[in-house]
Amino acid sequence: MSRTRTPVVAGWFTGEGEGFRLLGTRCSACASVFFPREDAFCRNPGCAGGELAEVPLSPRGRVWSYTDSRYRPPSPYVSDPELSWEPYALIAVELESERLVVLGQAVPGITVADLAIGMEVEAVPGVLHEDEETTWTTWQWRPTGATA
Amino acid sequence: MTGDVAVLGVGMHPWGKWGRRFVEYGVAAARAALADAGIGWQEVDSVVGASTVRGGYPGYVAGATFAQALGWQGARVASVYAACASGAQALDTARARILSGLAEVVLVVGADAAPKGFFRPAGGDRPDDPDWLRFRVLGATNPTYFGLYARRRMALYGDTPEDFAQVKVKNAALGALNPNARYRKRVTAEQVAASAVVADPLRLLDICATSDGGAAVVLAGMEFARRHGIAEPVRIRAVSTVSPRYPNTVLDLPDIATDSAAGAEPAPMPFRASIAHAAYEEAGIGPEDLSLAEVYDLSTALELQWYEDLGLCAEAEAGKLLREGATTLGGRIPVNASGGLASFGEAVPAQAIAQVCELTWQLRGEAGDRQVAGARVGITANQGLFGHGSSVVAVR
Repeated sequence: MSRTRTPVVAGWFTGEGEGFRLLGTRCSACASVFFPREDAFCRNPGCAGGELAEVPLSPRGRVWSYTDSRYRPPSPYVSDPELSWEPYALIAVELESERLVVLGQAVPGITVADLAIGMEVEAVPGVLHEDEETTWTTWQWRPTGATA
Repeated sequence: MTGDVAVLGVGMHPWGKWGRRFVEYGVAAARAALADAGIGWQEVDSVVGASTVRGGYPGYVAGATFAQALGWQGARVASVYAACASGAQALDTARARILSGLAEVVLVVGADAAPKGFFRPAGGDRPDDPDWLRFRVLGATNPTYFGLYARRRMALYGDTPEDFAQVKVKNAALGALNPNARYRKRVTAEQVAASAVVADPLRLLDICATSDGGAAVVLAGMEFARRHGIAEPVRIRAVSTVSPRYPNTVLDLPDIATDSAAGAEPAPMPFRASIAHAAYEEAGIGPEDLSLAEVYDLSTALELQWYEDLGLCAEAEAGKLLREGATTLGGRIPVNASGGLASFGEAVPAQAIAQVCELTWQLRGEAGDRQVAGARVGITANQGLFGHGSSVVAVR
């Protein structure tokens, strides 16, 4: 039995392995980048409004800050109440050329003890959770120095 | 320059987990505020309710809900929602009605009945709602954002978990003196350090609880206050409800990412600092004029952040200000003499109103054992998710 791989949100990321990228949009008039993607209007008040085109974000950035979830988050986060809760780290990552900060889960196995502000990380494909028919995919941050 | 409005009366229902409807807390607070003001409910010509998303429809139409519960008497009603800043927006709405001559006496009420555990988004699948998305995609509860801010302060400014714990120790000691506080026991640094980590580096006792509670304020024009026999009322001199300026480059609840600074340079002043700045400008004062401040200590580390955003000290020096004892009772600028959210827990729409209740008692010299000696000028500061600033300056 094989599950269908479905992104937890459509259009936010693409690709596999080395080709994995977060997807945002960029305004053709002012070069502002939006993530999550903004397809309807440019939010820069100083911009007359350009075309918003899909753009892959930089695959690497630096840790702006980090924390973790030691307790099970409430719904709509999906977790199996039958299993004991496994904390995961959350990393806010600053992308230099886009000049924005994107939050994401760390890859499994990376804890806050492995992280430091300013550390280089990369966006990699990950699995958020699975149900009977579907593997729900997401993005995760992994330190570029990590071997995991 | 705007004019002053008079605070005729203030009242609260004690914070706790009482298990009753939010309406009951709001009505109790409203009656206490009216009694404090010496104003009959029939004399109120406008009610502004700070809404809650947790009470169903009656919560959304809080102004009407409280007016009905107090007994319909025909007053105009309004209901405002701005997350944690709802109370300040309700005060701002009331003030605008008074200053424009549309109302003489306005009752402002906020109350909430909080669930156990983490706040969570409303039910249903709503992939267009950033608040729903951050839970669905990341499981990012409010405390995880507080953890991010705290960790960054540690890395940039050298704050330590011990500094954070001292904020709790200070606020718990002050809350122990406040009959409206939910937690009235002193806490030691060892107890903070022994509590469970919730969102690294923050522990359970670094993070505010969610509470039931209600707070109310009766506002009137200065001329009405004089006719009513109050020559020197506590006055509201400024209400700042500013929003961020694009690009907002500090990751803010409930967002998954910041704005991009690739197409526009960030304003020199970040959002939180701009909230207080607008209040200072409107009041014609500066941080050096303050007798006390009530700030939104959702976490211990956030209280330190507010010291800097209010200009009580330079950037990176909040820990030093705390360690000097400047922000406790008897210090140069007491912060959260009420005990703060650390002692109250958060009752969202009531909280910014409760901050103004505390300023009022302090400025009248009625704060009992937690009185700030000779208090003349106070400020509140708070930030509601989705870009809501909230800061009130009150004077006597």
